[in-house]
Amino acid sequence: MSTTPLASSRRAVAHHLLALKVENRAGVLVRIAGLFARRGFNIVSLVVAPTGDERFSRVSIVVDVESVPLQQILDQLSKLVNVVEIREIAPDAATERELLLATVTVEETSRATLLDALAEVGGIVVDEDAGVVTVMVAGHPDQLDSFAARLDSSAIVELQRTGSIALPKLD
Amino acid sequence: MELTGAQALIKSLESEGVEVVFGLPGGAILPVYDPIIDSSIRHILVRHEQGAGHAAEGYAQATGRPGVAIVTSGPGATNIVTALADAYMDSIPLVVITGQVATAAIGTDAFQEVDTTGITMSVTKHNWLVTNANDIPRIVKEAFHVATTGRPGPVVIDFPKDVANAPMTLYWPDHVDLPGYSAVRTISSDSISAAVELICAAERPVAYVGGGVLKAEASQALQAFIDATGMPVVTTLMARGAFPDADPRHLGMPGMHGNYAAVIAMQRSDLLVALGSRFDDRVTGKVADFAPDAKIIHLDIDPAEIGKVRRPDVAIVADARGAIEQLTAGVLRAAGGPIPASKIAAWWETCNTWLRDVPFTYDGKGDVLAGGPLKPEFVIEQLRAATPEDTILVSGVGQHQMWAAQYWRFNGPRTWINSGGLGTMGFAVPAAIGAKVGRPDAMVWAIDGDGCFQMTAQELVTATSERIPVKIAILNNAYLGMVRQWQHMFYEERYSEVYLSPDLPDYVLWAEAMGCVGMKVTNAEDVLPAIEKANSITDRPVVIDFRTDSMEHVYPMVPAGLSNDEIRVHPSQTKPA
Repeated sequence: MSTTPLASSRRAVAHHLLALKVENRAGVLVRIAGLFARRGFNIVSLVVAPTGDERFSRVSIVVDVESVPLQQILDQLSKLVNVVEIREIAPDAATERELLLATVTVEETSRATLLDALAEVGGIVVDEDAGVVTVMVAGHPDQLDSFAARLDSSAIVELQRTGSIALPKLD
Repeated sequence: MELTGAQALIKSLESEGVEVVFGLPGGAILPVYDPIIDSSIRHILVRHEQGAGHAAEGYAQATGRPGVAIVTSGPGATNIVTALADAYMDSIPLVVITGQVATAAIGTDAFQEVDTTGITMSVTKHNWLVTNANDIPRIVKEAFHVATTGRPGPVVIDFPKDVANAPMTLYWPDHVDLPGYSAVRTISSDSISAAVELICAAERPVAYVGGGVLKAEASQALQAFIDATGMPVVTTLMARGAFPDADPRHLGMPGMHGNYAAVIAMQRSDLLVALGSRFDDRVTGKVADFAPDAKIIHLDIDPAEIGKVRRPDVAIVADARGAIEQLTAGVLRAAGGPIPASKIAAWWETCNTWLRDVPFTYDGKGDVLAGGPLKPEFVIEQLRAATPEDTILVSGVGQHQMWAAQYWRFNGPRTWINSGGLGTMGFAVPAAIGAKVGRPDAMVWAIDGDGCFQMTAQELVTATSERIPVKIAILNNAYLGMVRQWQHMFYEERYSEVYLSPDLPDYVLWAEAMGCVGMKVTNAEDVLPAIEKANSITDRPVVIDFRTDSMEHVYPMVPAGLSNDEIRVHPSQTKPA
């Protein structure tokens, strides 16, 4: 296996968080993804989930704002008829969280190191088999980055991250 | 009232005030074609669905009302995609209804099934797949609302066959409920004040007028604004007719093949007042070198246009008419009346020098009857001189389009219909048909190229059978002329796949086979008589095959990707120092 997957997925680029409220209709995600593709905007991560109101869904997007001005992304998105509301949150004004799942091979010698690293970021073991564990970390993407960086890349069987969701920080 | 979905669709179109639809039936749309027999709506049967789309565009551009087309699923839908993309680029309100296979068959690769909403997503303002017959009136109302409000554009309603056959109870919604769509813009008084301040301070201002002024019916407002400010006006390819060409304050068209004065005035200006224009690459040339000293006021109804290409100093997001009126009022208030002519007299002197020294010209201008090959520009001059002031001129795409935009003298809005943003060859014939249907009282001439004509000429069969007497002037230079020009100028005269032949097809025979009157003109002295004969024919379409000079180039020209300062003028001219 090569370098740690997704370890520095997004920190390299200037990014911004968008929380969209969209109509819960067929094809809405395609419209958003298609707009980004057509206009040459880059998505760092994208999460879709239902809201309490079944008419709407929430789409959380981390966008690369290095190559395209944020305002242009917002203006184009707001032209999509099914996008009802756009909230944009600067990274330093956001409470931002992400989930990481990783299946890692462990030997007697490496197990303690892994559990230490896991404990430092408040992660837990969620599954276990002979010689492998699946761990879960929920936290700020930076924490996930640093946890992933501490893993021995040759020990990682599989690693997945969800992409960020965010709410504005409370004052 | 209990109806089928198809009946409800037609009733809903009637409720929207639709008078004409352009279309062509097929399997999936069959149920919709039955109630058309009983409807007040006039259906015009085209020969190819692309023609339906362009005709609807021509209708919309000539009338200001949305154009409507009905086609079947699969190839019917894909054939109209070019027209949708064209309308999307040029902000033309279209409502296109496509048949679709029955909902249960969607996704099974059924006969004549395509993913129409998926295919058209990036070339429409919005699209709808109808899944329930009860939704039809609501969706039709939403579709017309979205197509015609804010920045206008095309929309698609994809209509499965089972939904068309399903029963429903007719209603008509009294309002549109689209929580994510708002076309209402409130004009910020701060931005108006800031703009007025820049206008009053400017020493070298230019009003850079785009198609948005026509969409907003703001020509009168523009006149008043220019009366108040006295500044030079340029009208883009999409805005020809928004300001009279005869007005001495009009520098003409900017852009790759624009008037020298218009192009260079923008380059040297210290303030560009962009009114419903979008800093298109054909206008700006190399963006980094475009109007380097100019502050920018950018008025557009679409917020996404603001700063897309060039960051403005003042942005006004609004419908052009109201905003221009506020700007005018603001200037009159701030300056205590119109800005005195002396304020920008030096600038005008410079602009007038450019106008005088580098006009549009061609070899033999003023002396064409002396012989030599027939010049396309001469044909257009003759056509303009021999047709009524309010003639609607339609064009295809290429050299003939540029010459038409340069040499026609436009005097009012909605008299010029062409494919600007997408550059769709073959646009002219069907668009002229749509324009004539929308404005039967006006004379409609198309100036077309021989390459363009061959793409969509079959719609003249539509024109003959539906008694739509359009007139087509083919500037037949036997080449894909604009491509030839680029190969001449930038590919060392290595002509690759641009020769078409002047005689194949025989345009006169072809025209007559389609029920038109066909004429061929090779000599300059025969141009005017042929036009006059065409003008006298009112019961059928006319096609004139003008055999024009194959070697003729469009000048001026800013080579693609270069700064507008690199503009090349006609070889007989020299650029002022």
